[in-house]
Amino acid sequence: MNHHSVLRTMTKLLMPPIMLFALYVQFHGDYGPGGGFQAGVIFAVAFILFALIFGPVRARRVAPAWVTTPLTAIGVLLYAGVGVVSLLLGGEFLNYDVLAHDPHHGQHLGILLVELGVGITVWAVMVSIFMAFVERGAAAHADGILDGTPDGTPDDREDGHA
Amino acid sequence: MEQIIDIVLLAFMVVTAIAMIRLRNLFAVVMLSGIFSLLSAAMFVVLDAVDVAFTEAAVGAGISTVLMLGTLALTFRDERPATRADWPAMLVVTVTGAALIYGTLDMPRFGDPDAPIHQHVAPRYIVDSPREVGPPNMVTSVLASYRGYDTLGETTVIFTAGIGVMVLLGSVTRRRRRARPTTPATPAAPAPPEGRP
Repeated sequence: MNHHSVLRTMTKLLMPPIMLFALYVQFHGDYGPGGGFQAGVIFAVAFILFALIFGPVRARRVAPAWVTTPLTAIGVLLYAGVGVVSLLLGGEFLNYDVLAHDPHHGQHLGILLVELGVGITVWAVMVSIFMAFVERGAAAHADGILDGTPDGTPDDREDGHA
Repeated sequence: MEQIIDIVLLAFMVVTAIAMIRLRNLFAVVMLSGIFSLLSAAMFVVLDAVDVAFTEAAVGAGISTVLMLGTLALTFRDERPATRADWPAMLVVTVTGAALIYGTLDMPRFGDPDAPIHQHVAPRYIVDSPREVGPPNMVTSVLASYRGYDTLGETTVIFTAGIGVMVLLGSVTRRRRRARPTTPATPAAPAPPEGRP
């Protein structure tokens, strides 16, 4: 999509507000609607928009696989880790009361960390799934042209990264 | 007024669902499913469930539509027309649908405040969550604290789905193949042929 200068400029303009809104949804979830799931999805949408407009190669430079793939697990581990820490501090699994001296502070800290774990996993998984589709499409596109295999008719693939 | 909005939204949803069944162009079906999700998000807003509406709009109308379009780019744009009527499937669908509709006859009326779901644990959450957990948004209290186990399970489901897609579509193995030339010292197995999916 290199010739669509309007789309490319608007993407660059829109990405920061989208990501900022995702962070707002993430950390304001205690007070308003939102939370880790929505924030992770919105944060991923910024990267998906980038990948749609600038193509998978440049998108992978922004969100490389060695970042997204481990982060899928790190989010879950952060969530479960909060549970283990609360277990070690003498509470039940995922009982945030024991995380700080005041139960309310503990609950606040626990919810913040847990939602952050959810957000990290959701973001990484959404970006990974989308990039898997896009890269598979690009690979099939290239193979179809190179080998002339029947599963790669150029008509179906002309829009591989959409 | 709210009843009119409910009726209009539900009518739109029915129309969208019927259009999705009738259409053969899968691109249009994907777009209509996004519209269906957006309508149900509006429905949740009418029901004052803004957190659910937010999720439905972001996940259902946003990400799933994009991911299904990505799938379409890998497969086909048109559904193959049915060659003959499949009567056993029709029978199963009719019986299941009739049973589900029969089941709704016992359910409380739409939006009934005396419904069992509002009488079980909800009052306790409403009364005690400001004292026990703290955040003003009770949905967050329930989601992350009272129902922390469930949310951990949901996160694990998303993680598993992501890993499954990555393994199925081969982005994990392909990454290793691309990385191999940079580490020539590793005596790995011979590189798979180029046309490998």
